[in-house]
Amino acid sequence: MTTMPLRNTATLAWRTLVQIKHNPFELIDFSVQPIMFLLLFTYVFGGAMAGSPAEYLIFALPGIIVQNLIFATMNTGIGLNTDISKGVFDRLRSLPISRFAPLAGRISADVIKQAWAIALLLGIGMVLGFRIETGPAAVLAAFGLLLVFAMSLSWVSVLVAMLASAPEKVQIFGFVLFFPITMASGAFVDPSTMPGWLEAFAEINPTTVLADAVRGLLSGGPVAEPVTWSLAWAAGLLLIFAPLSVRAFRRRV
Amino acid sequence: MDDTNAIVAEGLVKRYGDTTALDGVDLTVRAGTVLGLLGPNGAGKTTAVRVLATLLPPDAGHATVGGHDVVRRPGEVRRLIGLTGQYASVDESLTGAENLLMIGRLLGLSRPAARDRARTLLERFDLSDAAGRAAGKYSGGMRRRLDLAASLVGHPRVLYLDEPTTGLDPRSRNEVWDIVRGLVREGVTVLLTTQYLDEADQLADEIVVIDHGRVIATGTPASLKARTAAQTVTVRPAFADQLTRVRDAVGRVAAGPAVVTGEIVTAPVSDPGALAKLVRDLDEHGLTVDELALRGPSLDEVFLSLTGGRP
Repeated sequence: MTTMPLRNTATLAWRTLVQIKHNPFELIDFSVQPIMFLLLFTYVFGGAMAGSPAEYLIFALPGIIVQNLIFATMNTGIGLNTDISKGVFDRLRSLPISRFAPLAGRISADVIKQAWAIALLLGIGMVLGFRIETGPAAVLAAFGLLLVFAMSLSWVSVLVAMLASAPEKVQIFGFVLFFPITMASGAFVDPSTMPGWLEAFAEINPTTVLADAVRGLLSGGPVAEPVTWSLAWAAGLLLIFAPLSVRAFRRRV
Repeated sequence: MDDTNAIVAEGLVKRYGDTTALDGVDLTVRAGTVLGLLGPNGAGKTTAVRVLATLLPPDAGHATVGGHDVVRRPGEVRRLIGLTGQYASVDESLTGAENLLMIGRLLGLSRPAARDRARTLLERFDLSDAAGRAAGKYSGGMRRRLDLAASLVGHPRVLYLDEPTTGLDPRSRNEVWDIVRGLVREGVTVLLTTQYLDEADQLADEIVVIDHGRVIATGTPASLKARTAAQTVTVRPAFADQLTRVRDAVGRVAAGPAVVTGEIVTAPVSDPGALAKLVRDLDEHGLTVDELALRGPSLDEVFLSLTGGRP
């Protein structure tokens, strides 16, 4: 029954990805929306924030990538909750496969989607004038760091999915939780312009440290401290939310 | 391994907070037969199926499928079972073929073998033309056939059908029934839950009626009809002025009160010789009747009498 957990996970990841073929809306959800944010932030705020859109893009692109990544982790929970409420989970669980394969399959597929979204944003950012000032190793490190963080944060999403009664609630919860967190950060502006109490929050905000780390890895500059803090956040989220999620998962399904 | 009984459940209890979904359910399904689990909405049918399909651990009692305990050996049980119904569903965003392919792969088939199995099942269930369409776009009948196909990918020996025809039109319902009969001919054991007596009557070798999480009757469709409700005798006197005397005559053989409705006297009877006695009695008293009939109860009446009127 647990002889092929890896293959089962791969099959279930395939299942999540092949859906995109039949549901173009999902593609819009994780491709068009980030592009829209990228264009709006660059051209609406760029002039006011940094004198020109191109100048602002250099600062803001890592922030946009991080914000999109954080929002997109909710897709894991939305997908899981949909599977549970539609009965797909019961069908999967009646098969002699590993109990955690559906969870692992979903998370794996979502990491692949995240990698796609990062590459898409970076590619379009470069078309709009963003330049990578470091080398391929640093770019790979940025991808790796972003995906590690996304996997850790997706456990929050899994926990919400196990506690929520409907997929829409997962979505609403994610938005209400992540919108202020990603905005009250150094993703789009320099936190030193904020009121003291907000600046203090923004400085420790994982959005800030992750955006700073990606900025350093793509544009050059200090990386040791923001990368360390990003990994610390990833580890902390994983240590707290993975056990809670697994416990909720065992109770719910 | 018990060769004669495919499913044995003893004293299954499942509570959700204050609600008791299963309150000590016993049932046995002989290998190769169809058991109809019959009951109104909320009676505990789906909970029973979920326990027997290893999806839900019981709070008390135990159950075995093919001799394997559902709690201790869920892996072995899952190798034997197929699950179709209200809650175990195909993925609506995948095509019919992809759904079956996914299950074949999960069950350990190679990619070509899984594709072959999917093609065979799609043909068998008349879904070949729709193989490349998303399951979410299927009609109710097609969807149910795909559900059934999905539960058969692994050649299950025991099949759970949870309300397989709820919401289907009569033609689609008959198709599903034919499929089930075909599977039973191949030796598959079926546990079928339904709210429809007709369906249980058509398919089941044995029926377990549950209500409020308890088994309230068990037997073959025929024995349930014979056992629970009495037969009804209906008499229409030839002359209106004999109505009262006919009623009294009927009352003398009846198992319950004789009731006059318009010009007709009806009463429940349980004694097999009641009709003969009544004819003699009427004759001795010089009473003439236009119509005299004895009819058995419908399963609906049995069901209503068993569940206390809640349909």
